[in-house]
Amino acid sequence: MVNLKIDGKKISVKKGTTLMEAAEKIGINIPHLCYLEGINDIGACRVCVVENAGTDKLLASCNTMAEEGMDIFTNSHKVRKARRTNVELLLSEHDCLCATCVRSGNCELQTVANDLGILEFPYHWQPERNKWDKDFPLIRDASKCIKCMRCVQVCDKIQDLHVWDVNGSGPHVTVGVAEGSDMQEADCSLCGQCITHCPTGALRERNDIDKMYEALEDPETVTIVQVAPAVRAAWGEGIGLPKNKATLGRMVNGIRKLGFDYIFDTNFTADLTIMEEGSEFLERFKNKENYNWPMFTSCCPGWVRFVKTQYPDMVKQLSTAKSPQQMFGAMIKTYIAKQLGVDPKKVFSVSVMPCTAKKYERGVKQVNDSGYGSDVDIVLTTREINRMMRASHVNPETLKNEEFDDVFGIGSGAAVIFGATGGVMEAALRSAYFLLTGENPDPDAFKKVRGMEGWKEAEFDVSGATVRVAVASGLGNTRKLIEAIRAGEVSYDFVEIMACPGGCAGGGGQPIHEGEEMAEDRGKILYGLDKVNELRFSHENPAILKSYEEFLEKPLGHKSHKLLHTDLTKWDIEVKQ
Amino acid sequence: MSRLDIKSQDQAQIVVESLYEDMERRVAASHPGLCPVDTAAAFLRLSHGQSCGKCTPCRVGLEQLENLIDDVLDGGKDVTKNTIDVIRTTAESIRDSSDCAIGFEAANMVLKGLDGFLEDYISHVEKGVCASNIREYSEAIPCVGLCPARVDIPGYVSLVLEGRYKDAVKLIKKDNPFPTACALVCEHPCENRCRRTMIDAPINIRGLKRFAVDNSGKVEPPQKAESTGKKIAVIGGGPSGLTAAYYLSLMGHKVKIFEKRKFLGGMLRYGIPSYRLPRERLQEEIDIILSLGVDVELETDISKPEEVKKLKKDYDAVYIAVGAHAFQSLGIKGEDSRGVLSAVEMLRAIGDGNMISLEGKTVSVIGGGNVAMDVARTARRLGAKEVNILYRRRRSDMTALNEEIEGAIAEGCEVVELKAPSRIETDKDGNVKAIWVKPQIPGELDKSGRPRPCDSTAPEERYESDFVISAIGQKIEAGTFDKLGIATDRGRVSADEACIVSKLKGVFAGGDCVTGPATAIRSIAAGKTAAANIDEYLGYHHEISVDVEVSHAKQANRPPMGRIQMRERPSASRRKDFEEIEEGMTLEEAMQEASRCLRCDHFGMGSFKGGREQKW
Repeated sequence: MVNLKIDGKKISVKKGTTLMEAAEKIGINIPHLCYLEGINDIGACRVCVVENAGTDKLLASCNTMAEEGMDIFTNSHKVRKARRTNVELLLSEHDCLCATCVRSGNCELQTVANDLGILEFPYHWQPERNKWDKDFPLIRDASKCIKCMRCVQVCDKIQDLHVWDVNGSGPHVTVGVAEGSDMQEADCSLCGQCITHCPTGALRERNDIDKMYEALEDPETVTIVQVAPAVRAAWGEGIGLPKNKATLGRMVNGIRKLGFDYIFDTNFTADLTIMEEGSEFLERFKNKENYNWPMFTSCCPGWVRFVKTQYPDMVKQLSTAKSPQQMFGAMIKTYIAKQLGVDPKKVFSVSVMPCTAKKYERGVKQVNDSGYGSDVDIVLTTREINRMMRASHVNPETLKNEEFDDVFGIGSGAAVIFGATGGVMEAALRSAYFLLTGENPDPDAFKKVRGMEGWKEAEFDVSGATVRVAVASGLGNTRKLIEAIRAGEVSYDFVEIMACPGGCAGGGGQPIHEGEEMAEDRGKILYGLDKVNELRFSHENPAILKSYEEFLEKPLGHKSHKLLHTDLTKWDIEVKQ
Repeated sequence: MSRLDIKSQDQAQIVVESLYEDMERRVAASHPGLCPVDTAAAFLRLSHGQSCGKCTPCRVGLEQLENLIDDVLDGGKDVTKNTIDVIRTTAESIRDSSDCAIGFEAANMVLKGLDGFLEDYISHVEKGVCASNIREYSEAIPCVGLCPARVDIPGYVSLVLEGRYKDAVKLIKKDNPFPTACALVCEHPCENRCRRTMIDAPINIRGLKRFAVDNSGKVEPPQKAESTGKKIAVIGGGPSGLTAAYYLSLMGHKVKIFEKRKFLGGMLRYGIPSYRLPRERLQEEIDIILSLGVDVELETDISKPEEVKKLKKDYDAVYIAVGAHAFQSLGIKGEDSRGVLSAVEMLRAIGDGNMISLEGKTVSVIGGGNVAMDVARTARRLGAKEVNILYRRRRSDMTALNEEIEGAIAEGCEVVELKAPSRIETDKDGNVKAIWVKPQIPGELDKSGRPRPCDSTAPEERYESDFVISAIGQKIEAGTFDKLGIATDRGRVSADEACIVSKLKGVFAGGDCVTGPATAIRSIAAGKTAAANIDEYLGYHHEISVDVEVSHAKQANRPPMGRIQMRERPSASRRKDFEEIEEGMTLEEAMQEASRCLRCDHFGMGSFKGGREQKW
């Protein structure tokens, strides 16, 4: 243990504790901008500086270890002066038009500047300007960047994709696409983890709200929206509803108030995905010699982009089943439109997703099969739907519980856990067991694949056959897993990959909380919804049964092949609007 | 009113003078990998600040050049390759029409950059970043970046500060199996850009390494990896071959070294006098390498192409590290006379233990490099009564380290500048009597930035000599490699930066035989590189790491203070023997010196990108 004083208080901490951590233990929160636990402790912003009696220079509390006998002042004159100056300097490079910023009200720079009472500053105001294709789903605005380097670190350390880097030296240092490449060619997965870890509005997703309003305002257009599983676990965060009040029913009510004609649940097609992908897995499993192993899930477009750029020779190992979003899109403009009695030409198909890469997926030319333009016309993130609710002055307190529209609002518990890491695998195993044995397993039989570990593995006995599965979330973990597979160190039959740590619950389109990782908590909500759902199996979803009976015929059948499957090898990587 | 005043410096001028010094040190401490275009812009701004403002090209032109280069750096939408042409035309006009050097030299600096790093200008225009070669060179830790072997310098300096000398040596050995040899003779490129220079002066890194090896006791090598059954032949038992043997053995491969001479060590033994690197200390270091089970065949000359081919057949890989042991001839009349010899021959004989006596003789040494100083000082130790170092350029143009030149002078050698050898005068028996030299005058600068020596109109001069020792450079004996088709047109072995000889599969080469005569640490780096790439070639990926934990860097007060210099034995006594001349630091000195380290592995970019490398 190390004994020291912080602001006059004596404290003992373990060796290797930083001054920031030590201060936190006694209730002193040292302001900081670049520090991000476990990812970024580079002492760049110099806002977290503290003074040690007898040391001339101030210490960055985020990466200075507590030492025996230190006498630390977190808010001395010298500290206050330097902290304020450094924030003022950052502001001098920051486009402070806060009112026009997506992160206004949820911006660490704004908070710190306000807390310090900075009402004016003495410097030239010189925000850096950059060129950026505003149609690209991921947008970097250099004028808001405070060079905290979190994006670089997240992309390096968590996602292992190295899209961002520090470019230039001296006064021209900036963050940019590594090696100055075009963003289109940077092999970006579009996972959006850099966005959710950005302390300001320098990184954001493309804003599609204006287009959404156009469709909503057109009386001729029928707007049909699907809502992804993980959205229900996070939507309340963005409009200030506590967890216990942010129910699924209130979410539907909130979205209804925005003026959508039909509101359906992506869980319906999550169940459909299970039917198709589960059947495909069994088909491959029975004809093992015809395929390369393992088979991978394909519902995460961040992962699809990753595998297409990093391991193109393995794309064929991904399931050909479309993601739930795209299955829904294909069904909306065909079967569902018919069921609703609307002209598919007039249908505007919308999805609300916890994801930024979904904005790419919907634009992939090769994924559209309904015959009526894009199967999904627009993708809104959880944050965008939150903004729309706020813009529509939806009072969260007055929301009432209501149901999704029938019947494509029906989803099983197996579908809702798609939003958490391991969920797709678990859902698939539940139905695969049934398809093989004709009997339902205990719905919780496969819960070994739950949890936040980045790379999980398990073996299950399914009617005498051993199925070896693995689940990875986060692309850094994914790369490790794939390298191990390629090196022959591990072998599996079925592998689920989600680009974002914790799966869609921690998706790049979800509400942002400075310094907090929410994926685990949100995942728990989803598992809770599974537990209380009367339907625990995709193959028991009545909407699924009805769809096959009336329209799709059978899993892997002719119709589903045409509408619900896709050849990922043909997908363009280039992002189109 | 007085008719004349003596101007005295006012306070402002005194401070400005000291700021010049600060800036000089600061520029000297520029770390590798800075954006050259940005640097050009910064220097231009500094130059413009010196303008008196009288003339148009300098007053206005330099500012417009600044604007144009800034445009390139900012990547504005109007910037094209044409902007670069405008920069060039403007700079040329400023160069050609400025009235004084303030203007035309500033423009010249810009033009130099346009020629020297045009690709960076273009890359900025096209992509908004520097060209890739610069980015790859970018280093967070200047000393590590400049050490060819990438030794973990902040790591071992901090271990010295904690008194963990054994750990310090272990850490060095992760990257360099010759800590003692390097502690004594390394040219320490690591110190060249030490960030501490910005405060006062570079850390005496070599001195601290010496303190570590002097106090560590014997450091056993780490555990070898499991045997792979692979066999590797190393041709040449110098620093590069021995380094490769060390790491390849640690990786579990079986290595055999073929050495032409009687002893191992290469130029560490046959090029460096024992008063700088005592033989027994070198041997201790070599013995540790051999203790890993390296086989050695001494006095085996692999000089025929068939012999190399046979090794290639009998072994899984071959590493060629034969060094550069042939000497350049003077090319003057009388060179074949008795008493004329090369530095290489003289030092080789001594390395084999054959001391010649120069008792009472007069010796002329030709050359201005470290080898020239070595032979001059060796000649004094062998009893020469007079040693003249004749050099065709000025003393300040010598490539020898200043401390070597001063050491030679202190030991009674005379440095005679600006004398080019002209002919050897002999007696009737063919023995050297004197060397005639042509006095030189420094002319225009050549490519190396030094004035070209030109014949002056002064008459030739005669230097009486019993011996003339030429030390004007070494080269490699390339015949074999030429026949194998793997020699460059300069007679070196043709290998890439990964030490791979692309024309012969399974053959690698490095060290002086590839680079031409260079430093020990560069040869060691080549041996390390070759080991890594041979391991990969054989289908393995053994990682070399070390189980030494370095303490977290601490912030401390860093007032400017003096650098501890190495002391030498008094010249009067040291010049009579071959005992080591340098003395190590005291504990007190070592602690103060080590505490000066700024720990760039943590502070600055080190904590973000490019911290300490734990393994390779």
